[in-house]
Amino acid sequence: MSIRSTVISEVEQIAAENKKGLAPLTDQLVLLDSGLDSLAIAILVARLEEALGVDPFSESDDVSYPVTLGDFIRSYERSYENAAKHHDVDSRQPG
Amino acid sequence: MTSIRDSLARASGCSGRSLWGAAGGISLDDLLCGTALGGGAAQLTGRSVLVATRDQLTAALALIELDGSARRLIVCPPDISPEHLPAIIATAGVDAIVSDHDPDDRLAVALRVRCSPQVTRAKSVPRDRCATEWLLLTSGTTGAPKMVAHSFASLTAPIGGSPRQEGDVVWGTFYDIRRYGGLQIFFRALLGRGSFVLCGAGEPIGDFLVRLGSHGATHVSGTPSHWRRALMSPHARAIAPRYVRLSGEIADQGILNALRTFYPQARVGHAFASTEAGVGFEVNDGLEGFPASLVGAPGDVHIRVHDGSLRLRSARNAVGYLGEEHPALTDDDGFVDTGDMVERRGDRYYFLGRRSGVINVGGLKVYPEEVEAAINRHPAVRMSMVRPRRSPITGALVIADVVLKRESDPGTAGGPLVEYRQEILRIFHERLAAHKVPATIRFVPALEMAAAVKLARHA
Repeated sequence: MSIRSTVISEVEQIAAENKKGLAPLTDQLVLLDSGLDSLAIAILVARLEEALGVDPFSESDDVSYPVTLGDFIRSYERSYENAAKHHDVDSRQPG
Repeated sequence: MTSIRDSLARASGCSGRSLWGAAGGISLDDLLCGTALGGGAAQLTGRSVLVATRDQLTAALALIELDGSARRLIVCPPDISPEHLPAIIATAGVDAIVSDHDPDDRLAVALRVRCSPQVTRAKSVPRDRCATEWLLLTSGTTGAPKMVAHSFASLTAPIGGSPRQEGDVVWGTFYDIRRYGGLQIFFRALLGRGSFVLCGAGEPIGDFLVRLGSHGATHVSGTPSHWRRALMSPHARAIAPRYVRLSGEIADQGILNALRTFYPQARVGHAFASTEAGVGFEVNDGLEGFPASLVGAPGDVHIRVHDGSLRLRSARNAVGYLGEEHPALTDDDGFVDTGDMVERRGDRYYFLGRRSGVINVGGLKVYPEEVEAAINRHPAVRMSMVRPRRSPITGALVIADVVLKRESDPGTAGGPLVEYRQEILRIFHERLAAHKVPATIRFVPALEMAAAVKLARHA
């Protein structure tokens, strides 16, 4: 499953748990207008860390808070790519 | 003796100063010679008055008008549960309610005065005659609020030490002024020389940012969670504050850096305050935690760390709790134990969380025991432990470790776990507020030993 589809599926799952309707999930959608409040977005970030092993908003002290769903997905794509690169480097190290 | 009205009347002119709510503004000049209480102000003199309004501006007008006139002001936050009101009324000897709606008829208070966000000219303005006692509500371990008594002197003590404010200050806050953090900003705005922008009930953060911008807000305060939400809004650039203040939750380096980058013209500071201890200190070096040099230093506030918790003694401390069942507010040396656990690393102290294990989810308190009790109602559950998990969005979240009864544990099969998880979540969504629902539920073979539980909660 791609990062994008993992994010979308978690968004839909959390909205369903909270019995909240969602706006059409386009890249331009402002997250705070999506139907998820900040608590739901916090839960989304926690669940995505379990699913993807990364949390782009905690990995450094220089955080850029996402405004749109597109920003949010791109943050995960970038973090995941970086993590994968580092993992490759580590696995090539001897012993 | 001093009151808000006294201070405003003595200020060098209130012209041009206003309080702004979502629906409009009130000029302080009009307020000084008018009333928002219809003809009811005179009847409230000397009484113990519960101020319970839906609208924040309306509450602000009532508090300004009644400080110095009412014997006692009980400040109801907007989310107070009606079930707690009878006990509050009995304990505080409430003999009048000021409200902008019709409060419950069953409440045993005969005098009810309507307050509105409009000011009409008053025939005569009652002269201030008493030092009003302010009672703030803060949630207690059993869910029933504790009443914390303050005076005008204790509430305004933190402001006296600040340098004189500039004249063109416009304060704004994401907080509600009916809690300590917001009330501090309310006093700062009124006793300074500026105006004040208040958020409306349920006003979306983007709309409030636009309104703050349109009033030219220069000093804006909120919790780290409020600020994270602001930075996630497409309207974050509607404001260009000179001073950004954070308090009410642990400010992490991420939000401090993000604010400094986003509002490069602003001084970004975080403050430690609690309803009981008052404002402890302000940290303006842009770093999380606080300098170890503050501990034991001479000054208006004496700071101590004892048994790992932060303790404060100052004229800003509350006067005490109301009600007999509560322990003394201060220890033998006059220090308030804030219950906030800190740890020294190098020349700085960092906040670890609450000693009681209370989890602060975006400014809302969660008692782990309450959540555990709800989980344990599921017939397949043997026991559970609820802990905080750090969140870059709300500061913390609730997570749960659950041990199933042996006969219910599917072992490696795992299939029923998904159902259990969904059933537990369903119980929650029916019975508990959303911020108490665990973000994740993990099934584990055993919990850490009971003695380690308190430590584990701080992880």
